Amino acid sequence: MAKTKSLLRQDGPLSIEEAYASRPRLWWVYTLVILIVAALLGWSGTSITYNGLANKGISIAQGIGYGLLHPDTSLLFNLTPEGVPYQLLQTVAIAVLGTLIGGILAIPFSFLACDKIVPKPVALVFRAVILGIRTIPSLVWALVWIRVTGPNAFCGVVTESVCSIGMICKMYITAIEDIDTRILESLDAAGCNGFQKIRYGMLPQIIPNFISTVIYRFDINVKDATTLGIVGAGGIGAALIQCMNSSRWSMVGAYLSGMIILMIFIELFSTRVRTRLARG
Amino acid sequence: MKKKTSEKAYRVPLFDRVFKPRTVTLPNGHTVQKPVSRTPFIAAIVIAIVLISAKVTEFDFGIIISRGYQLGYILGRIFQPNWSYFGGDPANTAKLFNALFDTIKMSIMGSVIGATLALPIAVLSSTNINKNKYVVWFLRILLMVIRTLPTLIIAKFAALIFGLGTFAGTVAIIIFTFGIIAKMMYESIETIEMGAFEAAESFGANKFQAFRTSAMPQILPTYLSYCLYSLEMNIRAAAILGYVGAGGLGILINEFIGWRDYESLGAVLLALFVVVLIIENTSQYLRKKLS
Repeated sequence: MAKTKSLLRQDGPLSIEEAYASRPRLWWVYTLVILIVAALLGWSGTSITYNGLANKGISIAQGIGYGLLHPDTSLLFNLTPEGVPYQLLQTVAIAVLGTLIGGILAIPFSFLACDKIVPKPVALVFRAVILGIRTIPSLVWALVWIRVTGPNAFCGVVTESVCSIGMICKMYITAIEDIDTRILESLDAAGCNGFQKIRYGMLPQIIPNFISTVIYRFDINVKDATTLGIVGAGGIGAALIQCMNSSRWSMVGAYLSGMIILMIFIELFSTRVRTRLARG
Repeated sequence: MKKKTSEKAYRVPLFDRVFKPRTVTLPNGHTVQKPVSRTPFIAAIVIAIVLISAKVTEFDFGIIISRGYQLGYILGRIFQPNWSYFGGDPANTAKLFNALFDTIKMSIMGSVIGATLALPIAVLSSTNINKNKYVVWFLRILLMVIRTLPTLIIAKFAALIFGLGTFAGTVAIIIFTFGIIAKMMYESIETIEMGAFEAAESFGANKFQAFRTSAMPQILPTYLSYCLYSLEMNIRAAAILGYVGAGGLGILINEFIGWRDYESLGAVLLALFVVVLIIENTSQYLRKKLS
């Protein structure tokens, strides 16, 4: 890579012209990156072809636009299980329980996968397990769990719990590795026993991190829970997809607008709590 | 206790006004106020939320215990992948690898186009470069709405409009990538060093020239690293888009689960696992180089 020449010479600083003449020249890096991207794009373009709009594509697009602008208000304020509020409540409930259980299950996993605490081979085994859990997409987990629990909201809870483990563990492990061990040593010197060391030396350091991780994951899980309904694992997705398949656009509009409002609220809430946690 | 005027700026939180803090007198005669612990209060709220959630979702742990063997059975079959998809049977191999390459192509195409579209919008929605408040807030709300839409729902819409196939999936990934990168980029554009930008403007450069010469070098590494990061996410996302008819591995996943052919599902997941592993490691290596 072309390095900038030192701006100072033996006989004083460079003049403006000299400094400009020795500016970093990275044109070949840029060309290489652009060439690689262009090659990848050319390769990708080979099987992605635009075949024109689908049969009735335009009327569907118009329907979606119309539905979003004219949501079905009777559905939007309907308090029965078919109504938007209950569906949203169920979606959030799935995410809450899923995140909570996932967050708790992740604690032993992350301690066992942290090579500062357990021997390296053990840590490697658990890391592989976590990676395996993370690779299976949440939709596939849901389809597998449905065979166990049947198609209901509980399936969503179990799916979210398992799927959350992967990412939560990754962030827990970072938090555990960042623990300041000098505090533990000074507690040791002050004559604290093992329990006290954990209570006063470790927990205050990791708990804010853990809670912050869990809340962040909650944000993702709510979004995931909205799609789990597509395979029948509870939440708003099932009703939404049914309405989309039968082209009832104003109902689609009602479900979508409810979902958008919910997601915005949750994002604002989670950002607020997490900034407060970060500042202490 | 009467408050001094200098303390007026500090508003007592609502919680401390309801539950009065305890006043403790120290041995040296000073008094300090110890606020009531918030932990029981937060714990009560959390427990209430959990109970409501358990009721709404019909939480029943017994089912897992009584029918958990089903999971072991399915996972056991998934972990014995059907090797005929990796060269054993030419037809099967072609089927799997076509779907796999479709997934990769969709995510590369979608990431590149989405990331390219995101850059100008990110510039327009950062407050330090665009002084027009209304445009900034309009764009930010638009981006927020786009980010709330789950990829699968966008893919479903795209599949309805553009017909089944990889094009619909690419559109979904473009929209998803666009929303995420634009948001991350305007956040990092707002933290750049504005001195060079202002200097360029004072020399008579217009906003575009000033941005290209003085802001672009600062944000380029971040931008490229976000692009790679979104490529990582998109591979995972693209793998399931086929479930709603948007091409790629998802079609196979849907098919095999429908037939309860878990050995073949295992083969699909194994292929996905290897690709994700390769792309994640390459991208993490490149991102380390960038930072």
